[in-house]
Amino acid sequence: MSEPDAPQDIPAETPSIPPQPDPMFKARRGRNIALALGLITFAILVFLVTVVRLGANVLDRPF
Amino acid sequence: MATMTSAITVESDSPARWQDYLQLLKPRVMSLVVFTGATGLVCAQAPIHPLLGAVAILCIAVGAGASGALNMWYDADIDAKMRRTRGRPVPAGRIKGAEALSMGVILSLLSVMFMGVAVSWLAAGLLAFTIFFYAVVYTMWLKRWTAQNIVIGGLAGALPPVIGWAAAAGEVPLNAWLLCAIIFMWTPAHFWSLALYSSDDYEKAGVPMMPVVAGAASTRRQIFVYSLLFVPICLVPAFTGLGGLGYLAVAGAGGLVFLILAWRVMLSQAGDSADPRLDGRLYDVRAGARDARNLFAFSILYLTLIFATLLVEAVLGLPAFLNLIPGAV
Repeated sequence: MSEPDAPQDIPAETPSIPPQPDPMFKARRGRNIALALGLITFAILVFLVTVVRLGANVLDRPF
Repeated sequence: MATMTSAITVESDSPARWQDYLQLLKPRVMSLVVFTGATGLVCAQAPIHPLLGAVAILCIAVGAGASGALNMWYDADIDAKMRRTRGRPVPAGRIKGAEALSMGVILSLLSVMFMGVAVSWLAAGLLAFTIFFYAVVYTMWLKRWTAQNIVIGGLAGALPPVIGWAAAAGEVPLNAWLLCAIIFMWTPAHFWSLALYSSDDYEKAGVPMMPVVAGAASTRRQIFVYSLLFVPICLVPAFTGLGGLGYLAVAGAGGLVFLILAWRVMLSQAGDSADPRLDGRLYDVRAGARDARNLFAFSILYLTLIFATLLVEAVLGLPAFLNLIPGAV
């Protein structure tokens, strides 16, 4: 028993269009990444400044 | 504050991208401030750890950006009426005024506190004063009130080299204030030459720029007078132990060109009548205003050149031309 033939006027394979990302989602993602990078940079900077500011004195502490 | 601009509620379909928040910080102004601040920091010739020097410049940049955000929050109503500024994030509705205000306040506090804790409290105090002067004295008061707005307000743009110097040396001697004086005296000729060919824009927005209040002829004369005061001040660093022979040559030759261009502006018809063809093409000027555009463009080049020369001479350790005031550095 064979499958019924597909109607002739409908193409066998319709080209699939990839879903477009929501512009709102894209913009929010970009903002979040920028904010994360800013915060990470700030944290690293605070750490490095602390090392530089304390570096000269850190060995002078009493043991 | 009847003109409180946070009331502007333009909504845009396009969501705010991170680039819009960056635009809020006026990156072009930031780059100029970074350049002049770095010149002050290097010219101080004081020992400072490179990382702390970089942090000082970053704090100056962020402080300038914060002032820009506060300016865009408060001036959104003016910005919306002017061709040059109507595409900014707040008047275009991409960012809410309250967001710009929050960002400006938070970045102001952050930049000042970080400068104080990491580098110098004198530099932090000067940075706080600069932000206050630009955001409150200039933006909220002078800009809408007097034709001398950019003359007095120019102090905010002139202070970054002083902040840089204070960050490096922990003090602000005469030469630091000389750098400040150069930018301060440069401001009127620079902004008024721009205003000469965009005065209709300022008039529409109700900003009392000099060409709107006193007329084009008076503005052209004042540009020349300020240029006469500005160019000699540019030569002074060569005689206070700051600039070398190269600086004297650049400041002298460039100053001569500056004066010639200012003279041509005074004789021109720049700003006499609005050109209807200008709509949407701010920097396209008709023949009569070409002299004003030339001075505007050259003023940027000249200031960049003299600060770059000072920077290069300080980095290379080239000797000063003459020091008539020992202890000025």
